[in-house]
Amino acid sequence: MDLATLLVQCLNALQYGLLLFLVASGLTLIFGIMGVINLAHGSFYMIGAYLAYSLAPVFGGNFVATLLAGLVLAVIFGYLLEWLFVSYLYERDHLQQVLMTYGLILVFEELRSILVDNDVHGVPVPAWLNGSVQLGDLMQYPVYRLAISAVCLAVAAALYVVIARTRLGMMVRAGSSNREMVQSLGINIKFLYRVVFAAGVALAVLAGMIAAPVTSVYPGMGAQVLIVCFVVVVIGGIGSVRGAFLAALLVGIVDTFGKVLFPQAAGIAVYLLMAAILLWKPEGLFRQG
Amino acid sequence: MRALARRCTFPLVVIGLLLAFPLATTGFYLEFTSKVMILAIFALSLELLVGATGLVSLGHAAFYGIAAYATVLLSPKFGAANLFWLLPAAIGCAALYALFVGALSLRTRGVYFIMVTLAFAQMAYYVFHDTKLGGGTDGIYLNFKPEVVLLGARLVDLGKPAVFYYFVLACLISVFALLAVLLESRFGRVLAGIRSNEQRMRAAGFATFPYKWAAFTLAGALAGLAGFLVAIKDGFVNPEMLSWHESGAVLLMLILGGMGRLSGAVLGAFAFALLQLFFQWEVVFGNFSKHWPLLLGGTIILCVAFMPNGLIGVPAQWRAWRARRRPEAARG
Repeated sequence: MDLATLLVQCLNALQYGLLLFLVASGLTLIFGIMGVINLAHGSFYMIGAYLAYSLAPVFGGNFVATLLAGLVLAVIFGYLLEWLFVSYLYERDHLQQVLMTYGLILVFEELRSILVDNDVHGVPVPAWLNGSVQLGDLMQYPVYRLAISAVCLAVAAALYVVIARTRLGMMVRAGSSNREMVQSLGINIKFLYRVVFAAGVALAVLAGMIAAPVTSVYPGMGAQVLIVCFVVVVIGGIGSVRGAFLAALLVGIVDTFGKVLFPQAAGIAVYLLMAAILLWKPEGLFRQG
Repeated sequence: MRALARRCTFPLVVIGLLLAFPLATTGFYLEFTSKVMILAIFALSLELLVGATGLVSLGHAAFYGIAAYATVLLSPKFGAANLFWLLPAAIGCAALYALFVGALSLRTRGVYFIMVTLAFAQMAYYVFHDTKLGGGTDGIYLNFKPEVVLLGARLVDLGKPAVFYYFVLACLISVFALLAVLLESRFGRVLAGIRSNEQRMRAAGFATFPYKWAAFTLAGALAGLAGFLVAIKDGFVNPEMLSWHESGAVLLMLILGGMGRLSGAVLGAFAFALLQLFFQWEVVFGNFSKHWPLLLGGTIILCVAFMPNGLIGVPAQWRAWRARRRPEAARG
């Protein structure tokens, strides 16, 4: 493998890992704060991709407008979903959370097949990002993939600032370490839950929307991402956004180079990584508290 | 004595009805009931983990699917295998994978355990999905059903639907009895202790890990029995048998029937299969019947919201509701 190929694969690994982080951070926040394991989180990624596909004609192919509209819809959707379904699950055990969110997956997938269809669709890359960058003499790298990484990094930085520096972030951190105490200090925990859930949904939808031009849009894309995100959360330690970030990058690297070096065993590489980490540190690399 | 009689009446009636069933019908209903009884074995195996030990596994389909693949792959291409070695071999493959997954996943607890079992099931899924080992996404066919040959004599022909039905019924009764005895034993008591408070069991001097590991492996092996049976019944396996939809479905059977009781798992398997059949019924739902997962998903959500103890808990829930109503009515 020459240097340019290595660079291309590194960039691919970075882009995949950062996308995983967007989905996994929502998952880990929702679990860390509300104690709810949300299997339907992958569906939000799927919904994002289908939003990018079906909203594009509405906005005449204006990508930024599509993204903003999709995000607004995602926040409203997440808020309603928490209110209508997820709020029943806080006092229930994990089994019931698993089943209800499994039911939600079936409903979302079937609604998707009724509203759109079961075909694979492509989403065009916005024209102003449709170039490529020259790497070395022979290789080129698409600008759009670099843009994905840039957006994800910006979101990660924003997330860090919000969680580490703002009042809301303080409540989020406090809520994840002791829910009852936060409630007794007079913080409106119901509202906090709704905000965090809506933010988690919006992060996954955003990931789906910006990934759509690269991965195309297909049924079952949600489940695939969900399970890889579980691996990310297990490796990173649950409830830890920083852990999710590093673990997502690690998974991105292992998956990308697994595909290049051992194409036969590509699907398994990530799970073997998880097995190795479980042997070494069963509670994840960066578990809080 | 009377208490024992009362406890045994209902199961005996159910067994009697299942024994008499092939006399009354053939064809579709017989095959359907065979399939449901296989699902009941599958659900019982998971009940040992979820209901008895309190370990929520979301990757149980892996063992079911691995045993099904083992059944097909170990059978000779041009002839029938003997059941007496094929069955232990298929169950052994499932148990081996369960031994491996259990060793790693039981190092974690709670929600981690759910995610890790799911991830390991997905790993097994990719092995069959991406490699040529089992025909890739298309799956493979079992050309000859295994023979039941003992000391050179053919005992029965599993190719006949009625014979296969009785074979599955015998397996179901054996598994049920095995688990019932096991849960009453010291081993089962320890598992119940782990379910209610693992810390306290450890403090009381039990090394809980070996117990959980044994339960996990046994559950995997019993799921393997179900996988073996389904491979023989359908004569065909594909990677979807290991998919997490299958794992979710079997968990659903448990909660539909009611956790913590073996009969709940069996009831849940029947309820799940009938529900699925009902939602796919074109007479009732017309064109909408092809969107049956929507109705199934909605039913799951409603069940979790309003029926937390499953079907088996409904009478108790009804009595509690009546008891709450009555004082008001008396005052009224």
